[in-house]
Amino acid sequence: MADVKNGNRHWLEHPATQTFLIPILAVALSFAIGAIFIVIVGQNPFEVYSTLFSQTLGTSYGIGQLLFKTTPLIFAGLSVALCFRAGLFNIGAEGQLQIGAFATALVGMYTMGVPPVIEIPLLILAGMIGGGLWGFIPGYLKAKTGAHEVINTIMLNFVAAALVSYFVTNVYNVPATVHTPPISPTGRLPRFDALFSGFEGSPVNFSILIALLAAVFVWYYIDRTRYGYELRVVGLNPKAAEYGGISVAKNIIVSMTIGGAIAGLVGTNFVMGYKYYFEEGFSIGTGFMGIAVALLGNNNPFGVILAALLFGMLEYGGLVINTMVPKELVSILQAIVIIFVISSNKIFRRILVNFLKKRTLSVND
Amino acid sequence: MPYAIELLNITKRFARTVANDNVTLKVSAGTIHALVGENGAGKTTLMETLYGLYQPDGGEIRIHEKKVSIRSPHDSISLGIGMVHQHFMLVPPLTAIENIVLGAEETKNALLDLKRATAELSELSSRFALTVPLDEKVENLGVGIQQRVEILKAIYRKADILVLDEPTAVLTPQESVQLFRILSELKAEGKTIVLITHKLNEVMSISDHVSVMRRGKIVGEVETASTSPQDLAQMMVGRPVLLRVEKETRQPGNPVLVVNGLSHVDRRGITVLKNVSLEVSSGEILGIAGVEGNGQSQLVECIAGLIKPSSGSITIDGIQIVGLNAREVFARGLAHVPEDRLKRGLVVDMDIKENLILGMHTQARFSSRLALRRKAIKENAELLITKYDVRPMNSEALTRGLSGGNQQKVIIARELSRAAQLIVASQPTRGVDIGGIEFIHRTLVQARDSGKAILLVSADLNEILSLSDRIAVMYNGEIVRIFPDNRIEESELGMYMTGSKQSEEKGASNG
Ligand SMILES: Nc1ncnc2c1ncn2[C@@H]1O[C@H](COP(=O)(O)OP(=O)(O)OP(=O)(O)O)[C@@H](O)[C@H]1O
Ligand SMILES: [Mg+2]
Repeated sequence: MADVKNGNRHWLEHPATQTFLIPILAVALSFAIGAIFIVIVGQNPFEVYSTLFSQTLGTSYGIGQLLFKTTPLIFAGLSVALCFRAGLFNIGAEGQLQIGAFATALVGMYTMGVPPVIEIPLLILAGMIGGGLWGFIPGYLKAKTGAHEVINTIMLNFVAAALVSYFVTNVYNVPATVHTPPISPTGRLPRFDALFSGFEGSPVNFSILIALLAAVFVWYYIDRTRYGYELRVVGLNPKAAEYGGISVAKNIIVSMTIGGAIAGLVGTNFVMGYKYYFEEGFSIGTGFMGIAVALLGNNNPFGVILAALLFGMLEYGGLVINTMVPKELVSILQAIVIIFVISSNKIFRRILVNFLKKRTLSVND
Repeated sequence: MPYAIELLNITKRFARTVANDNVTLKVSAGTIHALVGENGAGKTTLMETLYGLYQPDGGEIRIHEKKVSIRSPHDSISLGIGMVHQHFMLVPPLTAIENIVLGAEETKNALLDLKRATAELSELSSRFALTVPLDEKVENLGVGIQQRVEILKAIYRKADILVLDEPTAVLTPQESVQLFRILSELKAEGKTIVLITHKLNEVMSISDHVSVMRRGKIVGEVETASTSPQDLAQMMVGRPVLLRVEKETRQPGNPVLVVNGLSHVDRRGITVLKNVSLEVSSGEILGIAGVEGNGQSQLVECIAGLIKPSSGSITIDGIQIVGLNAREVFARGLAHVPEDRLKRGLVVDMDIKENLILGMHTQARFSSRLALRRKAIKENAELLITKYDVRPMNSEALTRGLSGGNQQKVIIARELSRAAQLIVASQPTRGVDIGGIEFIHRTLVQARDSGKAILLVSADLNEILSLSDRIAVMYNGEIVRIFPDNRIEESELGMYMTGSKQSEEKGASNG
């Protein structure tokens, strides 16, 4: 048990190992368990899995679809991960991305004629401000009153859903639909299939590059700047932060706001890159999947990218194999992955450490 | 005499570190066995292995001459082993009594029944003079009292082998004397005691045998009667050690820290500081003696900008600092060694180099607006690690895995590396080995000689007496007496500390 408190880091204790190796083992194991379910429903797991992999990773269309599903998961995962590093549990990415995407669509309706070099950043910024505001509120409440962010972010999810629903159906709607009018044509992000014929038909677009940039930003911010240093100190030991003259309150507000702003970027994928309008119900729980993504990615931005890819693959893969197995199976698989990752960290590490010890012992003997 | 504990060829590895290397330790039943050794020597690891917190990678454990397998503290407790840890293992939001019965609680109709426990505990605590406010939450208790809770807890569980890991580090001499009385009584009742300590006078006064550890090995075992502190020190460190602080008298300069009429009422409405006034000048060490929990912590926190006093003023070099936050006070020339290194002083899940810049991370040498200067941070760490002999000598090791003494060295290194006029050091050598104490004391004296003003708060009277140029005694939130020099008897100091003697004026004004 106490093996966790380690001073001299062995490679097994190295953060990179935790970020990559252990989740990979967990994922492999959960696929194995998924296979049992597949057998139970009377299918051949090898066939199902090979279809799953070949249809998602084997064709450029499949890859395009997968990347399209991955993009919002990266934003949501980064949002949760960043807050988590500050010791905050952001359950509110869902609400933040709703408000952010809506803000993007709303501003986009009125930017006709603005030159694209200004227009596109403006729409992106609108999403960040919308999401950021929705993160700022629970951050501010926590910092000033101690109100727990988990409760407040959940509540704000409801508020966000109701708010956008009201506006989409009553104020800014196209009659007989639940979406807004389209954004200005020049404010759109190009789809990849406009440039490379291989992606033909899949909606993957430039926002995935924004997602990757966001990941680099989060990594740099947390790891390489003094603000990130402060954020980590606050997350790991608020008393020491206080002692070191780091304002806990300020860091709570700032990280919730940045987290919200990143979640707010989800609109770049759907609104700016795919449908060109905001539609009620466009995100079914992306923000919540973000929690799983962050967890699987060990709250490391690059781990988040990989985890988002996995969940993106499962999400699209579910469509691919839904003629072979019930679509619930995919949900089960996703759930198993999450459960394994949460519980496996210690188990796998113990197994690895023991394995390694035995090896060094036998070398020594 | 039969052996109560036999640890035979115990080896315990942590990834790359070999904390215990083929260690054999035998403790005769009914004796007090002292275990000494440098920070990081492996004492705690050895005893935590006995207690079942670690599984040894090799070796065998026998209790009362029977081979046993101890897989968890649960096993060791049922074998009659109790342990009081170096870093307490109490649950802060629970009361003292809840902590004590935790895991051994009695229930009545599935409800916690504390009546019997209360009776038994008050008997135990009066028998051993271990006064503990049983119904107070542990988080509200000072470190000294928390430890009593730990001791009481072990005794309550009928331990017949008791391991104490640096128990006196947090006690005043009076409390230590009391503890030793308890230990002697326990011994008289036939119990076996292992005592880890860095204080050689304790070893000499109470133990029957001593084992010395160095770098994971037992390097010596002697009967206490046939050894001396000097010999032990040499065995521990591998070189002769200065057990006395060498320091010349100095003429102090201008006042650096001036505290005037400082009072503070805490959140519970209790007056914890009453009209405290003191001055510390450049080139002097003012020692504050006092039983823990008499306002010293709050005084220090007021100075460090961690709590805002209810009234009064504090100036550093003439500049008012009341109302400033911790960083601003650091910027006015404070260095602060906090009393509780794990709670405040370190971020244990960060590595050594990142801990070494805490509170300095915004300085231009460590970061620009856009980025941390990683090279400078690393170089700074390597320099300080070498200078202060922190082990492991790896700036990227997590501080969580460092031994207590090395954790303390990280803090001392950081604080003394600040460009500060005023050094406030709370319990600077708590849990530090004699080599380290020698070093820290020398460093503080050097800092004084170079013109710094030092406010030293310590529960260790020896430390106060040997380092201070002047000594203030705190009792019940007040400074009851300031002695103009350090020529004063420990016993007299003790009387002021416990409130049995008050200075004339104070005595008169308090009636
Ligand atoms: N959980 C752990 N993981 C990795 N290394 C550890 C762990 N616990 C202890 N160590 C290392 O093992 C060695 C022995 O540590 P231990 O705490 O037993 O020393 P100690 O003799 O009790 O020192 P101190 O007097 O400072 O308390 C040290 O090098 C320490 O860094
Ligand atoms: Mg120890």
